[in-house]
Amino acid sequence: MDEIRTSGARALALPRPAFAIARPRLRRAALVTGALGAVTAALFLATLSVGSAYIPLPDVLRSLSGVGSNPGLDFLVLDLQLPVALSAVLAGGAFGLAGAIFQRLLQNPLAAPDLIGISYGASAAAVFAILILNLTGLAISGAALIGALAGAGLIYALAWRGGISGYRLILIGIGVSQFLLGVVLYLTARAELHDAREAMHWLVGSAGRADWTEMYVLAGGLCLLVPVAWALMRSLRALELGDDAARALGARVETVRLGLIAVGVTLVALATAVAGPLSFVGLVAWPVARRLLGSGEGGVLAVSFVGAIIVLTADLISQQLLPVALPTGVVTGAVGAPYLLWLLATMNRGGIRG
Amino acid sequence: MSFTNGNGRRNEAGPRLWADGLTLGYADGEVVHAVDLVIPDGKVTAIIGANACGKSTLLRGLARLLAPRRGVAYLDGKAIHTMRTQQVARELGMLPQSPGAPDGITVRDLVARGRYPHQGLFRQWTRADEEAVEAALGATDTAALADRRVQDLSGGQRQRVWVAMALAQDTDLLLLDEPTSYLDISHQIELLDLLADLNRERGKTIVAVLHDLNLACRYAHRVVAMKDGRIYAEGEPDEVVTPENVREVFGLECEVIPDPLTGTPMVVPRGRHAPARSAV
Repeated sequence: MDEIRTSGARALALPRPAFAIARPRLRRAALVTGALGAVTAALFLATLSVGSAYIPLPDVLRSLSGVGSNPGLDFLVLDLQLPVALSAVLAGGAFGLAGAIFQRLLQNPLAAPDLIGISYGASAAAVFAILILNLTGLAISGAALIGALAGAGLIYALAWRGGISGYRLILIGIGVSQFLLGVVLYLTARAELHDAREAMHWLVGSAGRADWTEMYVLAGGLCLLVPVAWALMRSLRALELGDDAARALGARVETVRLGLIAVGVTLVALATAVAGPLSFVGLVAWPVARRLLGSGEGGVLAVSFVGAIIVLTADLISQQLLPVALPTGVVTGAVGAPYLLWLLATMNRGGIRG
Repeated sequence: MSFTNGNGRRNEAGPRLWADGLTLGYADGEVVHAVDLVIPDGKVTAIIGANACGKSTLLRGLARLLAPRRGVAYLDGKAIHTMRTQQVARELGMLPQSPGAPDGITVRDLVARGRYPHQGLFRQWTRADEEAVEAALGATDTAALADRRVQDLSGGQRQRVWVAMALAQDTDLLLLDEPTSYLDISHQIELLDLLADLNRERGKTIVAVLHDLNLACRYAHRVVAMKDGRIYAEGEPDEVVTPENVREVFGLECEVIPDPLTGTPMVVPRGRHAPARSAV
């Protein structure tokens, strides 16, 4: 009897070779990710080509490869435009991925790093470092990282009630943001005019002000954190069903949640150090990527590419299309703010749980 | 009670899931007190009891969702809390009371998530996963809904989809916390019929917290009645569901008569406003 029972119960899972079969959804994810990567590459080259002066694409490629280039063009491409394009890709990718992490983890489209106070933690610490401690370069990145971690820790601690509810965390994050914004305004108000301008420039965010050292740190961080994010975000498929269901499916809920928060916060901090807060990139990237992907699968690379595309485009618009060149963060904000309004206006109609 | 053999492997003579002095609680106090319970293999067990008597908590403790304060829940002779969560999830499925479906998720995607414990970082999706999902959709009669969004389904359909997800997990042991809540009577019957089929045709061991005593008696081989965090009575339905036990466990005066269809106990509550009518 026991034999029959066991064989019957196991009939669903006959031992089979464990080869992966391509499902249409996975194929679509691969296709979408590839296309987004191609668009990112195209915009990257466009930024190099039309940045400070128009440089034909073949010359750009020659400068990049270092074969048969001339020093004048090399300066324009490698020294002026490459840092802008690279920082746009790296910071945009990091903000996009961080946004996806927080939005999926908290299951709320409002849970973008710049709305729940993590960016403000980085900003306040960086402004403090610039204005009070007179730090430069890498030290500002360090301060931003510490600030982001401290801000996130504070929000997490205040929101903890034997568990984390997405809505409480977001509301407390907004409160903490306002407090940190107050700190930033106080610091800039009592600073010298020149220093205050520099701090304000930093606070708006721009792809054009990156420092190579900070960029290396961000690039290294991305190389390390993207695979970790990929590994942890697999468990979001379980976590999205609620803590009990996730545990019943064998997910390590606390480990995954803390790990993802740590990854997200670090990404925001490193990217903020490179390009400033660049508002709304983290808010917009995941909804766009998810629409394109059509399901919750894949997405780590796709959402990073979308973030990069948003910042590259915003930078091209601010440098090429506007009569007066504005910081990139102004353009991302101008696109993101209406989206936020639309989101707030439609959210509670769409049956999103509170 | 001892069903373990020395080397920690499953003792063929003993049950797969049992609790020994299991004591469970939350931050604000102890809810389940030193419960000894054996879940018979290949049978349907119903846990009944008044609200807040610890039914759901006991189920969560048995499924490793809640760490015991004292005592142990054993799965295959091993203390379930020392096992890896993924390892437990391959043997024991649990459908919590009100799981949440993410916005916009399709039925097929939700059911596919039941395969999570069988996947790994580099073993993402196999034909066995695909087949388990198809089988689960078929068994719960939800294949036609596969491409619909979960949020657009009726309550009864949604509950069937969740059961399909738990089925896709493909475990011999299936624990369900009030699977029939929010369902109308025909959907309750439909769901319990499905569980009975799974038990009979696939030999699955099923434990369900149920509110409806008559349905519990009809579908369960064994009934466990809880009161104030302890097991008040357990056994076959007609041993447990008696007027005396119902009075003690639920504080309800009732008659218990044989169900005209199945002969299992049927509770007829008295209530204060039930004047006797002349027989028709």
